[in-house]
Amino acid sequence: MSPWFEKQRHLIDFTLASLARRKGRHLGLLVVFALLVFALASAMLFAHALRHEAQQILDGAPEIVLQKLVAGRHDLIPPGTIERISGMRGVQQVHGRLWGYYYDPVVKANYTFLVPPDNSIQPGTLVIGPALARQRGLAPGTGISLRSYSGALYSFAIAAVLPQASELASADLLLVSEADFRAFFSYPADHYTDIALSVANPAEVRNIANKLAKLLPDSRPILREEIQRTYASIFDWREGIMLALLSAAILAFAILAWDKASGLSADEKREIGILKAIGWETGDIIKMKFWEGALISLIAFLVGFIAAYVHVFHFGAPLFEPVLKGWSVLYPRFVLTPVIDGLQVATLFFFTVFPFLAATLVPIWRAAVTDPDAVMRT
Amino acid sequence: MIFQPAIIALLLASTVSVAMLLAATPFALDVIRHWNITSGSERQLQLERRTYLFSTLAVFVMATQLLSLLLFVFNADKMSVMFVGAMCAVGTLNANAWGFPALIAQMTVFFLAAGWLAVNHVDSRAPDYPLTRIKYAALLVLLPAVAAVLWLQLKYFANLRADVITSCCGSLFSEDTKGLTGDMAALPPLAAMVAFYATLGLAFATAAFHAQTGRGGVWVAVTSLASFGAALAGIISFVSLYIYEHPHHHCPFCILKPEYDWQGYWLYVPLFLATACGVGVGAVQPFRRVDSLRQVIPALSARLAAIAAVSFLLFTAVATIQIVRSNLVLLGS
Repeated sequence: MSPWFEKQRHLIDFTLASLARRKGRHLGLLVVFALLVFALASAMLFAHALRHEAQQILDGAPEIVLQKLVAGRHDLIPPGTIERISGMRGVQQVHGRLWGYYYDPVVKANYTFLVPPDNSIQPGTLVIGPALARQRGLAPGTGISLRSYSGALYSFAIAAVLPQASELASADLLLVSEADFRAFFSYPADHYTDIALSVANPAEVRNIANKLAKLLPDSRPILREEIQRTYASIFDWREGIMLALLSAAILAFAILAWDKASGLSADEKREIGILKAIGWETGDIIKMKFWEGALISLIAFLVGFIAAYVHVFHFGAPLFEPVLKGWSVLYPRFVLTPVIDGLQVATLFFFTVFPFLAATLVPIWRAAVTDPDAVMRT
Repeated sequence: MIFQPAIIALLLASTVSVAMLLAATPFALDVIRHWNITSGSERQLQLERRTYLFSTLAVFVMATQLLSLLLFVFNADKMSVMFVGAMCAVGTLNANAWGFPALIAQMTVFFLAAGWLAVNHVDSRAPDYPLTRIKYAALLVLLPAVAAVLWLQLKYFANLRADVITSCCGSLFSEDTKGLTGDMAALPPLAAMVAFYATLGLAFATAAFHAQTGRGGVWVAVTSLASFGAALAGIISFVSLYIYEHPHHHCPFCILKPEYDWQGYWLYVPLFLATACGVGVGAVQPFRRVDSLRQVIPALSARLAAIAAVSFLLFTAVATIQIVRSNLVLLGS
């Protein structure tokens, strides 16, 4: 084993020295390569961080949400429904939720009104999300007047602003008391927007959903795992689109790598000629050139990946945000939790190093089979 | 569904592999027809030069195939969140009829590639390249296999639909299932354990013996492949039970999950390495009487056999540690 390692070590040594001698020539390729890795890695890291964030938030969502449908559209839950399903076996908790959307013409944005399950908000007050507070310049102690859909004007005092940490989920949120909610939206008494069910045993969720669909044929159960899956596929899909667009860049890079590798300078040709004249075999030259490619791609990969990590997790990925995140008037500001996924790194490696190595094979061979005398004579 | 980065990467790797092998095909035919090391003709010189290129291409393709297998399994495991009813890679692979054929084809190509790489290695060490013709003929045989992998992967990934309800490992690897997987799961634990340790012990012994004495090379390949089967059967029938500490969960894929500390990789990486080395030993044996290889082959095959022996030992040790550490009592009271 050891002579083999010894040989590779010497080859690497030699390659490093020869790379150092021709810094300028390889620097261009290195920069372009690192940029490519940077672009791809940013997209992948960002998409994965978003996926992770969505998964984390949805972990706290109820296992099943039940909506009533009328002519295929979402309708209010009439009185008596909660009682009908609360005795169902396997269901731990049932509670009716009250929430709705409100369009604020002042900032041209939609707010989400929500009555918290414990109804802990004092009537006449609001607890608001951070993006909303920023947009309307609100702080605890100030007040806000909103015109309801019926035309009446309602004034609320701001009791608190939700913490920044929850912004991803609470940017446009207004927490309101049940009495205020019903008055503001003229909501019929004892009706609810939908029903949240918590189920203790995850294996039972699907059965309970089936039972619900049978018991209340005019309703639609929505499972948490379905929402999670949908989010995961949306981000996968966006990531895939990004990569498909960037694949043109990969191709362009492969062409550049091919071109760079085949355009040997007279100096390099002479070097190969001399090496062969002093006893190097064609195979050795190929190995040396292979190590050259491997070292360049490894350095570029590391540099690009680290730059992408900083770009995404320290600067919030300003370059890719609009595509991957989506947009809205009240868009949450949030810091992503740094997550790195092994599969992603492996995939990225396949996307960048693999095309590079594939594109340089033929030029490497061309360089390696040059005859020593032909080179040295010129 | 096909728009998954890892899927695009896998398809890219397979497509490039097939394209490279296709590009090598006319040359391979040329070599088979006209290769003559003793000739000094223009054509022979051309061929000799080009072998460098196409050998490198082929090594590149084979190495890609080895890595692809890992990425394929890794990806299948990760994608399981996207399918209703899937809990690990089994669900993903079962989401349509092409998943398991694609995996098996990928594994077959993995071992064929290992054999080819061994032959290529010894050939390049001999001054007269005695196996060039055979090597390129083998490349022509490998082309359809790699193309089949690409085709199966395309079929598999293109037909993935997120709304399909797939079956989880619990139903495929259960004692009541008909077919090979069910039979493996239903093996009585004691008998399976005896077979497992006996076969692995035999494989270790033949590999160690070959590494020491240089004899019985073909048997290394035979026992390695047998151990590969026995090891998989053992993982399904009892090792997995000990890892999950559950008497009826036989899945060989859930052990790859982070919930079980990726213990599966500790089992599969040594197992595949050992088997690949064993196959490599077998692949070079038919040529050990070739004059210029009398020195080369024994050295390489002894080294490969040593790696195989150590890897089998590592695999057995890991499995044994998992069994001993487990709180599950499967045998006796």
